[in-house]
Formats: sequence, structure tokens, C-alpha cells
Amino acid sequence: MLNKYPLWKNLVILVALLIGFVYALPNLYPDDYAVQITGARSSTDVSEAVLKRATTALEGAGIAIKSSSLQERNGLIRLNDAEAQLRARPIVQNMLGRDYLVALNMAPSTPGWLRSLGAGPMKLGLDLRGGVHFLLEVDMDTALEQRLEAFSSQIKRELREERIRYRGGDVDGARGIVLSFRDTESRQRAFNLIRRQHSQFLMREQTQGDEFLISLTLSEAEIKNIQNYALEQNLTTIRNRVNELGVAEPLVQRQGADRIIVELPGVQDTAQAKRVLGATANLEFRLEARPDAPVSSTESYGFRDNPNREARLEREIIATGNNVANAQQAFDENGQPQVNITMDAVGGDLMNRATRNAIKRRMAVLFIEFRTETEEKMVDGELQSVDKRIEERSIISLATIQSALGSSFRITGLDSIPEASELALLLRAGSLAAPMYFVQERTIGPSLGQKNIDAGLMSVVLGFALVLLYMLVYYRGFGAIACAALTLNLMLLIACMSILSATLTLPGIAGIVLTVGMAVDANVLIFERIREELRGGVPPQSAIHAGYSRAFVSIFDANITTLLVAVILFAMGSGPVKGFAVTLSIGILTSMFTGLVVSRGIVNAVYGGRKVEKLSIGGKLANV
Amino acid sequence: MGWRKLAFALSAVLIVMSVVSLAVRGLNFGLDFTGGTSVELAYQEAPSLDAIRDDLSAAGYEQFVVQNFGADTEILIRMAESGNPEMANEVAAVLGAGGDTLELVSSEFVGSQVGKELKEDSGLGLLIALAVVLIYVGMRFQLKFGIASVIPLAHDVIIILGVFALFQWTFDLTVLAALLAVIGYSLNDTIVVMDRIRENFRRMREGDSNHVINASINQTLSRTINTSGTTLVVLLALYFLGGEAINNFAIALIIGVVVGTYSSIYVSANLLIVLGVSREDLLLPVKEGAGDGEEEEQPPEWLNRM
Repeated sequence: MLNKYPLWKNLVILVALLIGFVYALPNLYPDDYAVQITGARSSTDVSEAVLKRATTALEGAGIAIKSSSLQERNGLIRLNDAEAQLRARPIVQNMLGRDYLVALNMAPSTPGWLRSLGAGPMKLGLDLRGGVHFLLEVDMDTALEQRLEAFSSQIKRELREERIRYRGGDVDGARGIVLSFRDTESRQRAFNLIRRQHSQFLMREQTQGDEFLISLTLSEAEIKNIQNYALEQNLTTIRNRVNELGVAEPLVQRQGADRIIVELPGVQDTAQAKRVLGATANLEFRLEARPDAPVSSTESYGFRDNPNREARLEREIIATGNNVANAQQAFDENGQPQVNITMDAVGGDLMNRATRNAIKRRMAVLFIEFRTETEEKMVDGELQSVDKRIEERSIISLATIQSALGSSFRITGLDSIPEASELALLLRAGSLAAPMYFVQERTIGPSLGQKNIDAGLMSVVLGFALVLLYMLVYYRGFGAIACAALTLNLMLLIACMSILSATLTLPGIAGIVLTVGMAVDANVLIFERIREELRGGVPPQSAIHAGYSRAFVSIFDANITTLLVAVILFAMGSGPVKGFAVTLSIGILTSMFTGLVVSRGIVNAVYGGRKVEKLSIGGKLANV
Repeated sequence: MGWRKLAFALSAVLIVMSVVSLAVRGLNFGLDFTGGTSVELAYQEAPSLDAIRDDLSAAGYEQFVVQNFGADTEILIRMAESGNPEMANEVAAVLGAGGDTLELVSSEFVGSQVGKELKEDSGLGLLIALAVVLIYVGMRFQLKFGIASVIPLAHDVIIILGVFALFQWTFDLTVLAALLAVIGYSLNDTIVVMDRIRENFRRMREGDSNHVINASINQTLSRTINTSGTTLVVLLALYFLGGEAINNFAIALIIGVVVGTYSSIYVSANLLIVLGVSREDLLLPVKEGAGDGEEEEQPPEWLNRM
């Protein structure tokens, strides 16, 4: 029994540890306070000149700048402290105007050579850096009802056009439409018509007294479809709004069938955040006015991407955003970007009626935005912030009508892909979306965040130190090896979390602390086993071998079961529980590696390959 | 194991007490589960809680709890379901109107529907965790071992819940996480003991089940105590330094580790005896030409090469 690792195995361990070391390293560099500049539209890029204007303004105000850089589409200005950061934001925002968004940010100061390896620090959760967390719920009942209303008026119109006489046809609370007819013949005709046009309905014929009824209910699949669509729609709208808030690294995520999570790090004013998130937008499709049209029947609007350019539109509205079912960026036959628009049936009809006599004229899409702006005003000699509700109208597209339009048409002649996707985004943002409610909200102040970091760090350090001490006293030389393995375990855990860019939260820290406590277990199991073998008179080298191999089964079973529980935690848990589960799972895996492989490597390096009389494993204490 | 009857009695008493306190007092569910609003405020100087209560009542609020949180300058206000997410700012404005300097440290609003769903999901999660453990242990060991490992887990969970009900400590999401961690932890202990029992059944040719189980527990005792010791040390650090937000989490785990250690030594071994586990239960399926079924479970071959 030589207990010698072959060279390659030692190398594998060393390489793993080295990688762990490198990727854990960025966490040692503190984040810089910074302001981040982004274009307000996806087509606006931040240029060197813009950055220069911002830095000059800051220098003029006497704020020291650490460094400034351009990254992809963003500009980043690093500053010395939090106070400078708070002062800098309004200065830069005023300088650059509304075309750019200026957000507070914490920029990692990872050195270049580490960044080039793709290494970066762990992200901090909201509870550690401060911010707001919202959970929004989409009102699916209303979404369904609105959709049914649209279907109902469409069906009624179709029946009228076919001259089938009916009564009722309104949306009934129970997710359906009921139509009644005077005789079976007209019912049969209506039945055939509806079945041809609207396959999404389940149809049933009933007879009540002298009334012949058809009841329509939406199929399960169609209901799912509508709900999915409503959620996606709202998700898009919310993303748009969040971008407007100018928050660095926001999170907008779908949760389950009808909820949306929004996390805004660094935001403290929940009231403002909610106003912006809850803001609404709409669209209007209008024809461009003929040159000779009387002024009283026209209105002039500026373009959204160029306020100096104006167009005169007719007052009459062809259709609104409520009729837009979908809008997607795509490419035309020549590979040029275009936007495909799908209207609902009513919208398609309106569009057709208005455009068939207006070929070669131009049609504008007017974007209407309701937003609330906060203004500082002097009231009775005091500075007060006053909310102002603003309605903004601007043209987002003006295109020549090539042929009579129906329920699906396209806008071509767009200059670039970003412009096309922006237009599609705006079309979707302004189209119908089901109402949303805030069902959960959590605000964490920045001071609490710092307190949580300090407390968490302190408990990790102390708990860790105590465990190391315990092991040293109890297992002497082997205890020291366990200490090394534990330290490496912590390092690997942090490295894994950094590589996965997992988010560290307060429960996550608790998970790390608990992992430290439990990671000892593998070592304890092995060492106890070695002691036992020694007591049984087995020579040291064989005892080491037997200890590691016998303890393996126990360690494996025990860790796998704990891992199973951690996975369940992750699957069913929300927010805080998830963070805990992530660190616990990673911790179990890294502790198995360090406990079984790394500590064995060290033991082999120390004792292996030679004759050993005695092991320093503190046997006296247990040898009762 | 002379303590077996005593242990049974102790467990029975603890369980009955827990169930009674759960039934009589019920759990003091946190905001995560009940829905409602909570606001945490930091004052410059320690405020009078009564004055705050009066201010809030005067402003027309009903059904609220005001308490100190961590320090006497920090207060926590909890309110029942309100349906008004703007509440936190309103409360801060009402209390700030009196001229005190205060800062909104954190606020939380949870709709009652979300809370209700969470409660159901959590209960389900606990049950799934137990079921998965039963299946895994049943497969890796044997069904009797599975039962003997799941019942102590339920025992631990019930006792922790009982203590939380008795002292009316807040039961929130983090405590739920702790509860699941305890399941994992206590299971860890139980598995180690059972693993030794399995090994000894195959190795020791003499002695009845009682004797084998006794020997196994004694052999693993110092390991059990050491691991629990180090974990407890860490948890105490977490409890005293981790801050108000994870106090209940730490407490739940501390109780869990103590109870879990006890249950994995006494309860699960007792159950094995009651279930009448015997050497035959653990015989490996005899392969053709194989030995007498006495061989040890071998660790995988790759480990031996290490």
C-alpha cells in the first residue's frame, strides 16, 4: 500500500485548483462607483464625442473621474465614491439631454488579464446591494374577455353580411358566446359559417323552447394561446419601460403562467418606478393629409426619431393599437429589414376599407405615450417635486401604401435592422395588453444592503475560523489537511458561482456558511475511519487507504440525498429559497471533490510512498 | 441502547407537545405566506412605540403590529392584507410628518393570493422531498431502511414546527428553507449510521440485530458528534452575527441539528429494530458462482485507483 498518486492525477488536481483560484480572484477587487450612459433608443449609439461631453461637464463641476470607457453601445464613467456618483448623474443627464439614459452602476474593476479569461465577480442580489423587487400579475380574465369581445363583434358582423338573423351574441361571463336563432335552418347556416371562420371555438347546438342556440366556447389550446400572448406582450412592454428608467442591470423575467418579476437594483423611489412601469402607450394609424385638405381636418406631428421633421395627418383615425395583434421585425426578398404587422380581424377590415381608395398615399403610425414626469418647482420658497402627466404624440412611421391592406401587411424601406426592430417593439408596446397588478413588492435600502454584506461576511469568517480550530485541535496533522481542503473548498465554491455568474443573496451566504459546516463531514468520516483501522492494528498506510475507500460509500449516499433535497428546493422555491439552494448544491459538489480527492492528494503527498510509523491524527482523545 | 424506551418516550412527548402547540397556537406565518405589508424604518433617535401606534391609528390604519427590530432606533410595522402597495411610502410619510427624522430601510408587500400559493407549494415541496428520500434510500438500501430514515425526518420537522408555534416565532420563507436544509442534514446523519449498520450486518457473523445496531451506533458516535459540533459552531456564528434577517433561519437550523442528531441516533435505529430488520434483508442478490453474500459493498473501482 503505497498511497501514491500518479503524476497526472496530481496535475489534474493542481490544474483544477489553479482554475478555481483564477476565477475566484475577481471577487477580491472592489466594485467602482460609476455612471453608465446608454442611448434612449436602440438605434442611438454612445460615441466617443458623447462621452467626452459628459466627462468635460463633470470636470467642470469639480468631480474627479477615475476613468471613462466605451463598451459596445454603452459609455461608462468610473468615479471615486458614492457621493460623487450621486452628484454626477443629474449633471451628465442634463448635459446629454433626453436622447441618452444615465444610470447609476457598480462597475467591476476586474483587471484586464482576468477579464480576457472571462473571469468576473459574483453578482450581488437585491438584498445585498439595495433596490426594488416587484412581482406583477397579468389579469388573464380581462385578457380573455377582451379577446372574446373582439371575436363576438366579428362574428356578428359576418352573420349580418350573410344576412342570417340572430339574437344575443354577447360575451357571456362563462368564457363563451351564445347566439340564438329563430329556426334550425338559419342556425345550420350560421353553424357552418362560424366553423369555417373560427376554428378556435368549440361549438355546441342547443334547443331551448322555441329558441335554437349555438354556444361557443374557446378551446383550451386557444385559451393558453391568448394567455401566453398577453403575457409576452406585457413582458415586452415592461422591458421597454424598464429601459426608460435607466437602471443598470435590471431583471425582467416571466414567472409561471401569469406573473412577471421585475428587479431594479439601486432604485429607491418605488413610486416613480411604479408610475413608469404602469404607464400606457397606444398607437393610431392615420392617413397623411392631402396638400389641399382644410387645416381644420388635419393635425401636425413631429417624428419620434427626429423632432424637427413634421408631417400633416388627417384627423380621422383608421385603427388603433388595440387592433394590432402582432408586429415582428423580418427581412424582405432583397434582404432589407422590414416590419410585419398582423392586425386582428376588425383592424384588418378597417384597414382594408380605408386603404383601398388611398393607394399611393402615405399612412402614418402615431405613437401616443402617457408618462409622468417629476419636476422640481419652487412652492412657497421651498423646493418641491411636482408630478406632471404628459401625453406625447409622435410619428414612428410614415410609409406609402402600395396596395389595399388587409389584416397582415408590412412596412418596408427601413434603413437598418435596429430601426426595424425598434419600430416593431413600439408597435407591440402600443398594442393591446391585458391590465397588470402589483402583487408583491420589496424595497431594500442601500444601508441595509451593506449591513447584510458585513453581517454575512463576518459570520462566514468566524464560522470558518471556528471550524478550522476545532479540526486542528481534534485531528492534529490530519486536521491541518482538512483545513487546507476546506479552504480550497470555499475557494472552488466562489469560483463556481463566479463562473456560473450566480447571484449571491443573503440566504446564499447562509448556504455557504452551512456548506462550510457540512463539508467537514466528509473529512470527519474519513479520519474516524482511519483511527478505527489504526485501533484495529492495521498499519498506517493501509489504514489511510481503507479509511478513504470505506468512507466513500457513506459520503456518497449522504451527499446525494442532500443534493436531491437541494434540487427540490431549487425547483419549487422562489427568490430567497432559490439562492440558498444554488449555493448549497454547488457547495455539496465542491465539498465532495475537495473532501475525497484533494485531501487524499495532500495526504498522499505527505505520507505516501514511504514507511510511516505513526499518523498525526490525534487518536488519544477518541481512544477510550 | 438501554435508553431505547426512554428515547421512545421522549420522542412521543415532544411530538405530542408539538402537535398540541401547532393545533392550539398555530404557526405565526410571516408576510411571505399571509400577504400584507411590512415597513422597516430607521429613526435618528429611539421613538416611542406607543406614539407610533397612536399616529397610525389617527391616520386611519387598522390591524397593525409595531415592534422594535434589531435596535431600538429601528422599528418594524406589519399590517394585514391591504391591497394597497403604496402603503409603505404612505406610512413613512405619516410618521415623518411628526417631525422625526426617519429613513425607509425596507418595505415589502405581498398579495394574499401569492402567499396562499406559496403555502401550498411549500407543503408540497416538503412532501416531495420526503418521498424522494424514501425512494432513494429504499433503492440504495432496502425499504425498511427507507421507512426508518423518513420517519425521523418527519419527526424533526414536526418538532421544529412545534417549537416555532410554541414561541410564536415568525415562520417565513427562510425558515422553510432551513426546514428543508434540516431534512438534508438529518438525513446525512441517518445515512451514515445506516451505512455502518448495513456494513456490519454483512461483516459481523455473531450477535442479533440488536447487537449489530448497537455496535454500529457506537462506532459512528464520535463522527456524529464531531460533525454536529462543527455545524453547530458555524450556526451559532450565523445566529449571533448574521443579522436580524436570518435569525429565525439560524434558530430553525440549530434546533434542527440538535433534534436531527438525536433522531438519527435513537429514533431511526429504534425503528429499524421495531421493523425487525435482519441479516437476510441485506443479503446481496447471489450471483452465479458468487460467494456467500457476505462481501462488502465495494466502492467504485475508480476510487481505488486514487
